[in-house]
Amino acid sequence: MTRNLRYLIPIALLLVILPYALPPYQTILFSYGLIFAIAALGFNLLLGYTGLLSFGHSAYFGVGAYAPAFLVKYFGAGSMELFLLAGIFFTAVVSAVFGFICVRYTRIFFAILALALSQVLWSLALKLFWLTNGTDGLRVPTPTLLGGLASDVLGSAETKLDFLSHRYYYYVLAVFFLCVAVMWVIVNSPFGKALQAIRDNETRAEFVGVQVRRYRWIAFLVSGVFTGLAGSLWVVLNGLVTPDILYWTFSGEIVFLTVLGGFRTFAGPILGAVVFNFLKAYAVGFTVYWQFLLGAVLVVIVLSMPTGILGTANTIWLRLRRAA
Amino acid sequence: MRLLETQRLKKYFGDTHAVDEVDFSVTQGEVLALIGANGAGKTTLVNVVSGLLPPDGGKIHFQGIDVTHQSIHQRIEAGIARSFQLVNLFDQLTCLDNIALPIFSREKKTRRLMALADKDRAVREEAMEVLQQFGLAPKAAMVAGGLAQGERKLLDVAVAYALRPRLLFLDEPTSGVSTREKAPIMDIITSIVRSGKITAVVIEHDMDVVFTYSDRIVVMHEGKILADGSPDEIRRNEQVTTTLLGTTVAP
Ligand SMILES: Nc1ncnc2c1ncn2[C@@H]1O[C@H](COP(=O)(O)OP(=O)(O)OP(=O)(O)O)[C@@H](O)[C@H]1O
Ligand SMILES: [Mg+2]
Repeated sequence: MTRNLRYLIPIALLLVILPYALPPYQTILFSYGLIFAIAALGFNLLLGYTGLLSFGHSAYFGVGAYAPAFLVKYFGAGSMELFLLAGIFFTAVVSAVFGFICVRYTRIFFAILALALSQVLWSLALKLFWLTNGTDGLRVPTPTLLGGLASDVLGSAETKLDFLSHRYYYYVLAVFFLCVAVMWVIVNSPFGKALQAIRDNETRAEFVGVQVRRYRWIAFLVSGVFTGLAGSLWVVLNGLVTPDILYWTFSGEIVFLTVLGGFRTFAGPILGAVVFNFLKAYAVGFTVYWQFLLGAVLVVIVLSMPTGILGTANTIWLRLRRAA
Repeated sequence: MRLLETQRLKKYFGDTHAVDEVDFSVTQGEVLALIGANGAGKTTLVNVVSGLLPPDGGKIHFQGIDVTHQSIHQRIEAGIARSFQLVNLFDQLTCLDNIALPIFSREKKTRRLMALADKDRAVREEAMEVLQQFGLAPKAAMVAGGLAQGERKLLDVAVAYALRPRLLFLDEPTSGVSTREKAPIMDIITSIVRSGKITAVVIEHDMDVVFTYSDRIVVMHEGKILADGSPDEIRRNEQVTTTLLGTTVAP
């Protein structure tokens, strides 16, 4: 940990001065990256630490995104903290139920079941037009942060772009730091060790007294809530939520960016999220065949770096140190 | 006092009567050797008693309580622990964490999400102590997957031991290690078991090991108990010597 602080402090400082160093558009892109990183942290509690590959995490991100939209639609609420609480509450409920079903299975059956359940939510979001507005989606206007405490440093002339690239960026950053800290503690807690034991050897874990299914369920719940929280942050940045966010391809993106960064390390998914987000943004601008281009780039990266960007960086670093 | 008792315990795999109406008992404080040829049903008996497999019939009593239909978790809480014939470890965790986990579990701390495992001094120290006892202290920080076979066998036993069970099943603790390593490994294990006053059932093929380290021997053959007695009685039992020992024991 103290060793890690040497990297953490400069990185944290960079993140703090970022809005002053980059144009607003880039800062907002970075916000997206941080938000996906929170989702990936949650996702990787299951993949990297519990050994469960969920192909349905769009469900929790989506529920987290729809929850604030419903608050706006039905109650006219405009408080960011309420948005987050609603996101946490609803994703906790949904992931508790879905998790209860999924953890009865492992491996590919788990993955497929998680996928199928997320597709159910997607089709509901499409069909229940009175609730979700179907493909038109629901709008989420700019909320107040911290009950207005942190409002309008820039005066009333603040544009939406200013808001998103400054105040909201810092809000996202603060939540991101908090999520990283909490997840760091979780994976290094006795509970986290129990999850890793389950990943390594389910039978033996049971025989040291770990109730495997129950622990998987709790991991699922925590994972879903992190991803849902990310969804709630995302919907404000995006301003709109449509059923697309529940579609399985988005689950695929979460899997991909986690593997890209390296699911065997704590920070891998964070790096993967930020990198993936930039790759995607530039690929979209570069060519209409962006999905093909991105897919090709990712295949090359994953094949050449099976342990992800961070895993590979680690190996190279160790090799350099040994050579020196 | 009878610590464990099975009545007409049964486990069939199709036509294979792996455990066939077995009455098996373990007395408090003894080190019992469970022997028998390959496929005699020794591992299956342990699998059923420890809760890994459900029985097809019969009853299991532990400390006078019927545990036949209890979950693995309940049996562990009652004090039954086991090691595995084929090493079963948490390969990506360090040796220290492999031992710390059963200790956390025993102390009901594995539900703690918001506390750092490494900051729990008491657990760390106890885990270090267990590693020390098993001669694995120098490997504490190494991942279990990186150990040599003999060390892996020892760690496998240590993981079960760290639960501080009342009854410990050790399924071939020296299988897969060289003959030279067997005695030292058994020395370590038996001295720990005896000094910890743990009742142990040791499955073992090597007859030298069996006669040296056990108080009582139970012989299984094709799912049934063929003989049960002190090492001397078993050595003199002709039925046993002809079916089993003929080839393995030195005259
Ligand atoms: N899961 C299983 N499915 C089917 N048959 C099994 C299973 N487990 C064990 N058997 C069979 O039951 C019989 C007893 O096996 P078991 O593993 O209990 O023997 P063992 O005495 O432990 O032998 P060894 O000394 O080789 O370990 C064998 O014939 C084996 O093939
Ligand atoms: Mg066996």
